[in-house]
Amino acid sequence: MEGTAVPRRLSSGPRPWEVATVTAVTRETPSVRTIALAVPSWPGHRAGQHLDVRLTAEDGYSAERSYSIAAAADDPVAITVERLDDGEVSPYLTEDLRVGDQLEIRGPVGGYFVWETADGGPLLLVAGGSGIVPLRAILRQREDSGSEVPVKLLYSARTLSELIYRDELDGQHDGVGIIYTLTREQPAGWTGYARRVDRALLAETAWPAGRNPLAFVCGPTSFVETVAAGLVALGYEPGRVKTERFGGTGGP
Amino acid sequence: MDELDGNGAAGLLQEVFGMEMTVAVATCASCGAVAPIGESGLYTGGPGTVIRCRSCDGVLVVITQVRGIHCVDLMGIRQLDMPLGNMAAGRA
Repeated sequence: MEGTAVPRRLSSGPRPWEVATVTAVTRETPSVRTIALAVPSWPGHRAGQHLDVRLTAEDGYSAERSYSIAAAADDPVAITVERLDDGEVSPYLTEDLRVGDQLEIRGPVGGYFVWETADGGPLLLVAGGSGIVPLRAILRQREDSGSEVPVKLLYSARTLSELIYRDELDGQHDGVGIIYTLTREQPAGWTGYARRVDRALLAETAWPAGRNPLAFVCGPTSFVETVAAGLVALGYEPGRVKTERFGGTGGP
Repeated sequence: MDELDGNGAAGLLQEVFGMEMTVAVATCASCGAVAPIGESGLYTGGPGTVIRCRSCDGVLVVITQVRGIHCVDLMGIRQLDMPLGNMAAGRA
């Protein structure tokens, strides 16, 4: 797709529901799994987009949920799902679903919380809990496309064992700075931060506003509100602070 | 259910409107605040899908499904600005 004059957003109308097949499942943390999907007519996606999953019970009752795509634009489709104990969909996806099972999906959807290589940076990515998922897609997109946009990722989780993609993130280099903060429990010898993300921590870790950074903030609603307001207070341009709120119980 | 944001309704909105709607910018009919649908509040815990203004909590959009049709109430939006060429979420 690179180098063509065809605008990526021009395409042919809404996506229908279709059947995907599970090709792999990977345990990320005790409550989080990544599910790779084969989707026959997948049109490609942009980093940060979602897909919807619909589960239908034998009595016809159905439930739909929207999940961030965890993969870069040209990689096979995958979602990373956190189990919500009172959820209708996530317990099935994180515990019961097996390789070879079929799943009704619709996507890609969304276009607001999206980064394309041409959007540039410097990028500030701020994740609370499983809000890391679309930001990981952005990191992979950057790497796949050979972008040299400098990135800082500030990732807040409660405990070390709740950090998703930790090995992959620890392996980042070449212009990607990863900053962790663990808000509930820190292992012995922890050298990262150990407090909630607030304006003071952002002032300490984020790009200075003078560099005109592009920020993506994803996490639980209260986390996102705090971070977005903090960045704007530090001088970030509101239109360059993109936010996405999710309903997971896993805290930042 | 917790309050989410309009990004979570992208699939439904695309089904109803036939195009990617989370980048559309709505002017709230109640308070005049201007924000992308993706930034607006989303409530899915009650009947139907409700999108609210983040500034005043005024209802922007209500979509309910009744007898096989989507009923779409847009009374809370005074103006909706769409980026040109924004036809669908996928790639060409």
